[in-house]
Amino acid sequence: MIPLSHYLIVSAALFAIGTAGVFLRRNLITILLSVEIMLNAVNLTFVAFGRSQGTVDGQIITFFVMTVAAAEAAVGLAIVIALFRHRESLNPDAFTSLKW
Amino acid sequence: MFNSVLDAIVPMLCVTLAALAAMGAEAFRGRGERMPIGGLGIVGLLGAGISSALLWNRNASSFGVIVADNFGLFVTLVLVVVGILTILFSSQVVERDGLPAGEYYALVLFAIAGMMMMATASDLLVIFIALEVLSLAVYVLTGIRREDPRAIEAAFKYFLLGAFSSAFFLYGIAFTFGLTGTTHLDRIGSYLAAQSLSDNPLILVALGLLLVGFSFKISAVPFHMWTPDAYEGAPAIVTGFMSTGVKAAAFAAFARVFLSAFEPFSADWAPVVWWIAAATMILGTVVGVAQTNLKRMLAYSSIAHGGYLLVGLVAANQVGKAAILFYLLAYAVTNLSAFGVIALLGSRDKPNDELRDYAGLWQTRPALSALMTVCLLSLGGLPPTVGFIGKWYIFSAAVGAGYYGLAIIGVLTSVISVFFYLRVVVMMYMQDRGADAPVVQINAVSMAALTVAIVAIFYLGILPTRVLDLATQSISTIF
Amino acid sequence: MDGWLGVVIMIVLGVGFAAVMIGLSLLLGPKNPTPEKLAPYECGMPAVGDARERQSVKFYLVAMIFLLFDIEVAFLYPWALAIRDLGWPGFVQIVTFFLILLVGFIYVWRKGLLDWGSTARRPRRDVSSKAA
Repeated sequence: MIPLSHYLIVSAALFAIGTAGVFLRRNLITILLSVEIMLNAVNLTFVAFGRSQGTVDGQIITFFVMTVAAAEAAVGLAIVIALFRHRESLNPDAFTSLKW
Repeated sequence: MFNSVLDAIVPMLCVTLAALAAMGAEAFRGRGERMPIGGLGIVGLLGAGISSALLWNRNASSFGVIVADNFGLFVTLVLVVVGILTILFSSQVVERDGLPAGEYYALVLFAIAGMMMMATASDLLVIFIALEVLSLAVYVLTGIRREDPRAIEAAFKYFLLGAFSSAFFLYGIAFTFGLTGTTHLDRIGSYLAAQSLSDNPLILVALGLLLVGFSFKISAVPFHMWTPDAYEGAPAIVTGFMSTGVKAAAFAAFARVFLSAFEPFSADWAPVVWWIAAATMILGTVVGVAQTNLKRMLAYSSIAHGGYLLVGLVAANQVGKAAILFYLLAYAVTNLSAFGVIALLGSRDKPNDELRDYAGLWQTRPALSALMTVCLLSLGGLPPTVGFIGKWYIFSAAVGAGYYGLAIIGVLTSVISVFFYLRVVVMMYMQDRGADAPVVQINAVSMAALTVAIVAIFYLGILPTRVLDLATQSISTIF
Repeated sequence: MDGWLGVVIMIVLGVGFAAVMIGLSLLLGPKNPTPEKLAPYECGMPAVGDARERQSVKFYLVAMIFLLFDIEVAFLYPWALAIRDLGWPGFVQIVTFFLILLVGFIYVWRKGLLDWGSTARRPRRDVSSKAA
């Protein structure tokens, strides 16, 4: 039996990887993927906690999170496509028309 | 009403049905055919308003995750006001900019349904889903002018940081779930009150992550970076909508989570929120002074207003909680009207939102500049407008709870903010209208809506007792 | 750990054999590169263009729509497993859920997103302006 803390460490590492990806990667699609990694890291946390408590609540929550993540990805991709039509680039450094 | 399990969700049901009908109407709309889709939305919102009024004092609850207590219903009514004003102002904008009417109104209505759900949800997971429902709709609304590169860029920035912060918020929910075994706010509250978890670092991690998530949504410093860009790039009326509606819903959920479920840990989070509130008020005001774009200036002003609301949250006494609700209403009416004026003055090719576009507006559109002046003075908190009463109660709550520092910072930043609001007024009245100044036509519906909003600003500013009583009543049931 | 020894030997042997063969051919084989020889192998034909070609945006739109409707169907499985416990209230709820999805589907359909080809029911404004 793998102890709960191992799952938590893995999901924390995944969450950190996703966070780092959002800040470091230079491609909009990859940044979207990084956000998805963060959400899936949270899913792992939910499932691990749910299992350690002996309930199915964690898995049910994961279902909802997955649905939300899909909707989010669809909207995000749509915005990226609209953006690409204007700039012909997916590099976030190219988007500078709004700055203070 | 019917005393069924559905009672508590009737208001958002009305709005959702109107949104679905708007979507269906858009699907079957012929090319160039005109349909009264905005009117449909107003009917749905009125239904929501009437049903919330009927549910008042009944404490209805649906499925154990949505509670229509007076607190939630008050915010629901604020959202109804926000929705109706948005739709009325939009009628001209949608036609002028050639926006797809069905899509636009359906998204506004879906966003409002999500906001209502967020304000009445009593379960962290439902709060998260409601947050996503409203956020996804607002991301798309931000970029609804697809041919405008600035709007699309704003939409992407808003989307990315919004999704990023949702992940943090969700991680906070996960830790709360892991520690307490539930996502239901009441049970979290009773669990935390019964157990002594103060030595458990995980509860602090959960609190911190939830705080980060909420701070992003209410654009509190240091999580405010997306706000000016998103607010400037979006169409002005959408900016007005998201700066009032999203903030009202997020604050309702923020107050519910932190003042009920996490009340036992207020000694841990109150000092942090103290610093966030102070930084938010100061940065919003100081950077706002330097802006030359009116939309961007109002974006910073709305950051500062978020700071004032946080002061009420830190104070957390009876006056403070009621003041949050009253301030949400005051800010919603005022800010939405100000953005409504900006939206009405724009044209299809040019938003006309630079400060210099307002030079000498008095000469061509005296009524509109008078309305704008009232809105700006109310935002600045001058009597006899509603903004003054709102700030008065917030700061007196802070003093009553012993937070003198916050009250002093709040008053000082309010005084500084009056400077940049007055700059616009001076522009409108003291300067000459340039020769190439744009002349725009404004339809009667929007003008009527603006007039009603101004009357509300003065009414609530001079005779606030009735609404304040309602606000006080609504917090007595939950906290 | 004992049972894994065979697998380890197998991996070492496999990797080692491949490494030795590639190393030998690098050392002993004649080197006479030409552009044709360095090109990726395409059935003997000269390679045309880049493999990472840009696809029509329609693929993205269909993929996005698929993503949404696909994940919503995931709610059917838990419901199907608990159908007897949930009874009629559960049935009403799942039907409501799918009616809402149906409105979305009708919208997508009427907007012409599912029409594949040049005879879209209602061409989108920005596409037509780009073509003009």
